[in-house]
Amino acid sequence: MTAATLAPAAVDTQSMTGSQVVLRALVEQGVDTIFGYPGGAVLPLYDAIFQQDKIRHVLVRHEQAAVHAAEGYARSTGKVGVVLVTSGPGATNTVTGLTDALMDSVPIVCLTGQVPTHMIGNDAFQEADTVGITRPCTKHNYLVKRPEDLARVMHEAFHVARSGRPGPVVIDLPKNIQMGKAVYQGKDEVRHRSYHPRREPDAERIEQAIEMIARAERPVFYVGGGLVNAGHEACALLTELVHETGYPITQTLMGLGAYPGSDPQSLGMLGMHGTYEANLAMYHCDVMVCIGARFDDRVTGRLDGFSPGSKKIHIDIDPSSINKNIAVDVSVVADAVEAVGALLAAWRRRSNSVSRDKVAPWWGQIEEWRKKDSLRFRQDGAGIKPQTAIRRLYEATRESDVYVTTDVGQHQMWAAQHFTFEKPMRWLTSGGLGTMGYGFPAALGVQMAHPDATVLCISGDASWVMNMQEMSTAIQYRLPVKTFILNNSYMGMVRQWQDFFHGQRHASSYMESLPDFVKLAEAFGATGLRATTVEELDQVIATALATDGPVLVDVVVDREENVYPMIPGGAAHNEIKLSPEDEGQHEAISEEGMVLV
Amino acid sequence: MAEEERRHTIVVLVDNEPGVLARVIGLFSGRGYNIESLTVAQVDKVRAQSRINIVTTGTELVIEQIKALLGKLVPVHRVQDLTIEGPHVERELALVKVLGDREQLVRALRIADFMHARLVDSSPESFVFEMTGTSDELDAFISLVEPVEVSRAGVVAIGRGRTVLASNGA
Repeated sequence: MTAATLAPAAVDTQSMTGSQVVLRALVEQGVDTIFGYPGGAVLPLYDAIFQQDKIRHVLVRHEQAAVHAAEGYARSTGKVGVVLVTSGPGATNTVTGLTDALMDSVPIVCLTGQVPTHMIGNDAFQEADTVGITRPCTKHNYLVKRPEDLARVMHEAFHVARSGRPGPVVIDLPKNIQMGKAVYQGKDEVRHRSYHPRREPDAERIEQAIEMIARAERPVFYVGGGLVNAGHEACALLTELVHETGYPITQTLMGLGAYPGSDPQSLGMLGMHGTYEANLAMYHCDVMVCIGARFDDRVTGRLDGFSPGSKKIHIDIDPSSINKNIAVDVSVVADAVEAVGALLAAWRRRSNSVSRDKVAPWWGQIEEWRKKDSLRFRQDGAGIKPQTAIRRLYEATRESDVYVTTDVGQHQMWAAQHFTFEKPMRWLTSGGLGTMGYGFPAALGVQMAHPDATVLCISGDASWVMNMQEMSTAIQYRLPVKTFILNNSYMGMVRQWQDFFHGQRHASSYMESLPDFVKLAEAFGATGLRATTVEELDQVIATALATDGPVLVDVVVDREENVYPMIPGGAAHNEIKLSPEDEGQHEAISEEGMVLV
Repeated sequence: MAEEERRHTIVVLVDNEPGVLARVIGLFSGRGYNIESLTVAQVDKVRAQSRINIVTTGTELVIEQIKALLGKLVPVHRVQDLTIEGPHVERELALVKVLGDREQLVRALRIADFMHARLVDSSPESFVFEMTGTSDELDAFISLVEPVEVSRAGVVAIGRGRTVLASNGA
């Protein structure tokens, strides 16, 4: 097969191999890049990839990273990310990435090789029950046992992955299916029998919601990653709605960028490490408008202390997210584009009758909370506070076309607090699963999709090491990702919790024997830099941004800094702690709260 | 909010494809929901559809969550909560083995007669009864005849009257 044989006109659809059918379906689905790692059970597919030039294959160094890279690609473009791995260990290594994509609603199609159909169940070499293992960590999965199902399954998988609440889909492809003859079907010939997620909102519910919104005296919009998933138009419509109502808005960790972060109506992030004003606005509001968020425990804190006096409106495309943790008063199951568009239209029909003055006292209260300046920190001395590092990085890149990925822990929270996002799809972090090792491969996926953009990976010394092998991938594909490790020689968030809740006993949270990150970068063929003082920091950031190719920056930061504000586990929003000086904070946590993670 | 747990009979129409039952069961086990009874069989050969009858208990919120999660499964066509959506008929079948001497067996046979259980196997020391009825009726029969072995099919259910559970679309 040559490149030309993938063009529809030139293909005899009766004499294709399974591998050719797979590739043609990928092309028809608009795929231009896939992330993968070869092995025995996918050699026919790799051979077919070798003989065409429509799809680029990016060779990662570990299958988990292939999924995170595909997540980065997907979340920064709004397209489906595609992964190709072999059977057995290739498939099992994707499980963390698939679970991450499921929790954060990222559209992924993951093709896994499988032993030939006649050997399935024989404990063959590199055989694993991939559909069994991935059933709970995918939105759906398929094992293709008949060549005639192949084209249909390919198209269905893309439809399932990207529609409704997006998520990962696995297609397990036995080697004989890849090699045998198969007939191609176009995507328009495939219609799913049972899967038809609802997109349009119920008009009556929209009316109920807008009635509530119009009457509100202490309203707050609370928006999440679902809005980002719904795309630029949904975010633009929401921004209009928020501006026209004049109401405050807070974003979840996943929702950062859905609304311009520097806009005066934005209260910033809410939740465990959210701002004081966002959390108190949630606690004291009379009408809460939740769009594309899911009342996650990191957001709600103690459920019986969650926003006790408010009427709640919940708009989500996933019916199982409604009334899961928090019972709401009005629920709307719909795509956010449709629902927010309908809300905006309904608002405009009645906006003349709504007085802006009625929320003035509420804004007065919010301004009082804002005066607490809850993200404040003290940069004294020459040593680098981690918050300073994030602020300086933000200042240095705010005018450029910038994307930011993170790993998980303290650095992630500081990045969320101190880096401001004006646009959606610019901020990529592992929110639901909390996967250390997500950030760097995700950044590679972003850079593949946006070759000219500035892609930053903000990481920690523990997280980055979890997928550091991907520096080879960055070198191979000349992906100029700039990684900034906030190095405190701790698993900082684990250490913080041990300090707060476990008598300062640092069980296994001290990172002994860290590598020399500068030399490590150089060993891979990348550029390594280090900053240990604030003065060096600015220089190093400038050098890193000006350097071609991947750069790894070891930012040595204050080791003992903790993330504030903090709502301890099992506490309510109004029990938020602002600083170490907040009295009695470590004693305040209840035994019930201790068991929460 | 209703906090008390209630028994619900939920029927699910699914594509009869490999793994569909594992998806349904995995949903319950993965999220810690109860299954009191579960039955599955193909009911439409032409469309290759199966019907799953599930009896579960939970608070109102949990039941709502279970139905939403079932509805989200890709091969699921319809989910119906018979306990809420109007009157319905529930039946269960049991095979019940009783051992004993003649006197004990005659006593069991009398109870079976009275409760409309059928004798489907007999030997000088044993009887096997087949009984169809509601789960409560089966419980009552089983407690009376003191069997040595019981095999129960689980609950099957269907709505009363003209309402029909059918798949949407093709």
